[in-house]
Amino acid sequence: MSAIGVTEGSSQPALREAGVVPEFKDPNSTPKKKRRADRKGYAGTNNTNTWKHAFKTDWRLYTLLILPLLFLLVFRYLPMAGNVIAFRRFRPGSSIFGDEWVGMHYIEMFIQDPTFWRVFWNTIILGVLTLAICFPLPIVLALMFNELRSNKFKRIAQSISYLPHFMSIVIVAGMVLQLTSVNGTINQLISSLGGESMPFMQLPEWFRTIYVTSEVWQTVGWGTILYLAALTTIDPQLYEAARIDGANRWKQMWHVTIPGITPTMIVLLILNVGTFMAVGFEKVLLLYNPLIYETADIIATYVYRVGITSSNFSYAAAIGLFEALIGLVLILSANGIARKLGGNSLW
Amino acid sequence: MVTIPAEPGTTIEKDPRLGSRPTQTIKIKDSRSYSAFRVFNGIAIIVICAVTLYPFLNIIAQSFSSEGYINAGQVNLIPRGFNVTTFEVVMSDSMFWRNYANTVIYTVVATAIAMVLTTCFAYALSKRHLKGRSFFIGLAVFTMFFNGGLIPNYVLINAMGFTNTIWAIVLPNAISVFNLLVMKAFFENFSQELEEAAEIDGLTTYGILWRIVIPLSKAVMATMILFYAVSFWNAWFQAFLYLDRRELYPVTVYLRNLLAGATGTEQMGGAAGEGTQIASNVQSVTMLLTTLPIICLYPFLQKYFVRGIMLGSVKA
Repeated sequence: MSAIGVTEGSSQPALREAGVVPEFKDPNSTPKKKRRADRKGYAGTNNTNTWKHAFKTDWRLYTLLILPLLFLLVFRYLPMAGNVIAFRRFRPGSSIFGDEWVGMHYIEMFIQDPTFWRVFWNTIILGVLTLAICFPLPIVLALMFNELRSNKFKRIAQSISYLPHFMSIVIVAGMVLQLTSVNGTINQLISSLGGESMPFMQLPEWFRTIYVTSEVWQTVGWGTILYLAALTTIDPQLYEAARIDGANRWKQMWHVTIPGITPTMIVLLILNVGTFMAVGFEKVLLLYNPLIYETADIIATYVYRVGITSSNFSYAAAIGLFEALIGLVLILSANGIARKLGGNSLW
Repeated sequence: MVTIPAEPGTTIEKDPRLGSRPTQTIKIKDSRSYSAFRVFNGIAIIVICAVTLYPFLNIIAQSFSSEGYINAGQVNLIPRGFNVTTFEVVMSDSMFWRNYANTVIYTVVATAIAMVLTTCFAYALSKRHLKGRSFFIGLAVFTMFFNGGLIPNYVLINAMGFTNTIWAIVLPNAISVFNLLVMKAFFENFSQELEEAAEIDGLTTYGILWRIVIPLSKAVMATMILFYAVSFWNAWFQAFLYLDRRELYPVTVYLRNLLAGATGTEQMGGAAGEGTQIASNVQSVTMLLTTLPIICLYPFLQKYFVRGIMLGSVKA
């Protein structure tokens, strides 16, 4: 039932040993037709499988759907349609879909805008750095937790590592600003080692390091959860078999543990790739300042300044739409590649 | 029966009855490098925990320190010039309390709305026979990967007249698709027999949901309430965007304005800080008080969150 079931893991091997559960049960072994028939079984004959019949028997369930669907329509799909202002002139106070068509005017405008290209590359660099560092670290940390023998120590360490996940982004930004300030801890360390203290948040060359470090601090501990769950589902017999074959701890890790968590890794990689263009807009907005726009300004913050601060709604919408489309393409292609390679896709 | 070689690092190796087995000679060497690794691993984990905790301890130390020591860069783990006057200063600001109360109101209202919508949606979607079910699920899941974006949302909320009202905060994020999927997965495993029995006893769908399913799903309900409440408590951007009267701010926006004032840069618009340098200890105390409920609830939060994430890892 579950991709990453947690509790079932322990009882299965015992049953398998006793011959109760067959070793392999391929869910695809049942002919497709039969499965489909099973699923439809309740419906009986075909003429009951109509909308009219469905509404008649399930109208109460459909009434439960009214408010949530209205929510999706108004607050999710209407703004999607609202992106049409990227191609129409919008004036504050006019219809949310703009006044008149201007075609590709705003698209051409941002393609010729040097600031757009600066924030575009900043977004890519920040996204790639975050992905490259924040994706593998939870795996490493989960494997480290997994090697701890003392359960008490393990529990305490996990609790501590999850804590930053629960903090508001404003608190995290506040901590970053304080730690990097001229009299903050990092500068205390530097000066105790004999260095010159630096106003980090005014130096463009430091922003990426600071951003990614804070991201690591905030996300890595929590990121281990799914891997730890996947680790508990690995069949202990596999380790025993590996030991009989003479595998030491490292080889067991390489040949049993890592393959055991690969499906989880792939799913999380797809999700990370799909969201990497959306890198921490709120965090950057809280951390950056005009002195470090050169490296800190990303597409989302630029959209915010152009649209909200300067009221160029159509222009900002065009840039935002471009970013959202890249995100969509990224997640679709990551999912497609994963499906082609190993069959571990999101859908 | 096959004898399985002892797992390195376990006590079996020290057992004299097993000590002379031939396989042990390789294992002992293995175990030495492995036990070296385990020592290193334990130390590394302690260091990671220390680094994770440090920013919190630093905030606490600053909260109780006097400004002079902080500006001289002498406060890290232990408060210097111990005092509680900063707490008095922050807590005597009526705007702080007003904004704190706003946060409580927004969190409660938003969580209530979110729970009603999510529960109804998840329950209906959990019925596998519901016609159009996969279409509705697809409709929800698609919004996880593609959304309207900042500007169309902003234009919409303004056009609806939500600016400077609570609705701009509590409505636009009322359904989290992740939470929806967690809840749907839970309801799908709910006992069919029980629901059928209730139906035979004359309960309608509403009755089953309200009197049978919800009372028996307390754990998942609690988890969802915590998920939503934490996210609404921590939220700031919606409020920052749509509220421009100070007395409506949640405490997170109050804090943001303190921080923005402290960096001396007011490019971010809104009613940012007054440009004055806000002392670090005032910032620290505000941060501490803002996050205090989360820290107090942390043991529960952690337990329920971990459980919820596990449920959520069920493939959508």
